[in-house]
Amino acid sequence: MDNVIQLQKKLVDYKTSLFNEGILDDQFTQLQQLQDESNPDFVVEVVSLFFKDSERLFDELTKTLDQQNIDFNRLDAHVHQLKGSSSSIGAQRVQRVCILFRNYCEGRNIEECLKCLQQLKREYYFVKNKLETLFKLEKQIMEAGGTIPVQ
Amino acid sequence: MEFEEDSTASKRMKIAENEDPITKVQFSALIVDDDPLIRKIHSEVLNSLGFQTRVAKSGKEAVDLYHAGANFDIVFMDMQMPVMNGIEATKELRGMGVSTKIVGVSSECSESEIEAFILAGLDLYYAKPLTDANKIIPLMEDLKNKSVPNEGPKKTM
Repeated sequence: MDNVIQLQKKLVDYKTSLFNEGILDDQFTQLQQLQDESNPDFVVEVVSLFFKDSERLFDELTKTLDQQNIDFNRLDAHVHQLKGSSSSIGAQRVQRVCILFRNYCEGRNIEECLKCLQQLKREYYFVKNKLETLFKLEKQIMEAGGTIPVQ
Repeated sequence: MEFEEDSTASKRMKIAENEDPITKVQFSALIVDDDPLIRKIHSEVLNSLGFQTRVAKSGKEAVDLYHAGANFDIVFMDMQMPVMNGIEATKELRGMGVSTKIVGVSSECSESEIEAFILAGLDLYYAKPLTDANKIIPLMEDLKNKSVPNEGPKKTM
């Protein structure tokens, strides 16, 4: 039981740090509130969709930026999609880079767009790692017979 | 477990305990969005409030559904979609004589884009994502009181 309590505290502290550091925002909390016994894996499913979608969009962004004549409208459309999906799961820092990226698309600034893509990938893999750690902690608690604490 | 007074979870608890008579009637909703993440999230929010949901990946799919004879109590329409966007789809549906309540749902639209969307025939506009039950429950009230005359298009952030 002590182990469960320790794990629960570790989870709460970890989640709090993600919010305090601006890695996740209230939208993530809203997703968690939608999860219940009838759909116990909702958050993991949504976040997995986000991972899949984002990695597809990174491929598209890379391809588009590789072209001789860059289609900035196409570039912007992809970044807009990524902005929407990152905002839907509360990945605040990814969303912010998308906003910056869109400004550079509008300005047709290739160099800054390339930098933004790199920054976007960094922020994405950072939040991906954090979320995977969060889900691992939740799984450990469940396997130890505990319940996930609600913040 | 503790719930905030007006959280989505709190509303769902009340629904489960049958405190809210609105939700004894089941409404149908069409979610039109090219983003699978949004389709999943909006479906879950609406399902949790008792809606039967169907999804369409573009404005064209939504229009095709209506052409094929489908009907819904409410449509949640994204604005930026490939093939046929929300403004075009809304215009098409209104042109076909569809009087279903259409709620525009989009992100980062300029005032002029929102105006154009409303002028296309929306009943209401909300910013994305729509995860707050407090925004949807009044819509269910409207659906229940369908005989009350419409006040006209409203924009709500």
